Amino acid sequence: MPAAPDAVFKSLADPTRRAIFERLCRAGEQTVWRLTEEAGVSQPAVSKHLRQLKRAGLVRLRRSGRETHYRAEPKALRPLLDWMGVYAAFWRQRFDALEDLLKRMDQ
Amino acid sequence: MTVRKIEPRSVVIERELPHAPEKIWRALTEPHLMEEWLMANDFKPAVGHGFKLTADWGAVDCKVLAVEPPRTLSYTWAAYGLKSTVTWTLTPAGAGTHLRMEQSGFMPEQEQAYQGAKAGWPRFLAALEQLLARTG
Repeated sequence: MPAAPDAVFKSLADPTRRAIFERLCRAGEQTVWRLTEEAGVSQPAVSKHLRQLKRAGLVRLRRSGRETHYRAEPKALRPLLDWMGVYAAFWRQRFDALEDLLKRMDQ
Repeated sequence: MTVRKIEPRSVVIERELPHAPEKIWRALTEPHLMEEWLMANDFKPAVGHGFKLTADWGAVDCKVLAVEPPRTLSYTWAAYGLKSTVTWTLTPAGAGTHLRMEQSGFMPEQEQAYQGAKAGWPRFLAALEQLLARTG
């Protein structure tokens, strides 16, 4: 079930969570232990971030013995393909800048 | 009715501007002017010309599709695995110009590019969010 864009945005708004997600995208499946080594925060903090990423559908977990392996679920970024709102705001701002420029330009 | 496939979608912005089409055309096609309102670039008004728009959050890869001064300008717009087409249309309106921008056909780039780009998405989104927060 794809998460709502809001959940995905919110989840990736935190820099530590974003770094964990990027790392999983780049490096593939990782254990919590390996992620903690990189993250610069405690293991419970990493686990908490992973739970939030999982709620947004951005990561999946696989248990193997006592280890839990996490992997990125890039399909969850799909809702973000619907960026029209973001681009509409972007272009409105660019149009304002264009109008300012036109006022300053000579004929 | 249920439509499962990804539909081309578009963003359209239109404004009436109290300036002649020729003047607006310059702002849309001269690199030093484009930089002032859009992004730094190596644009050339030549069909087939590939160019980059660059900002502190990353770059957009573009290719010129159509140049008909001072009426129509169109180029592809590919950023972080998402490809679209931007088309500018200038129509004389009284003493000024009706300016229309349509960005359409939002589709993932080919799978390979999509895979390569996905790690950059969060950074791009963060930059866009900051931009929007500043814009209000």
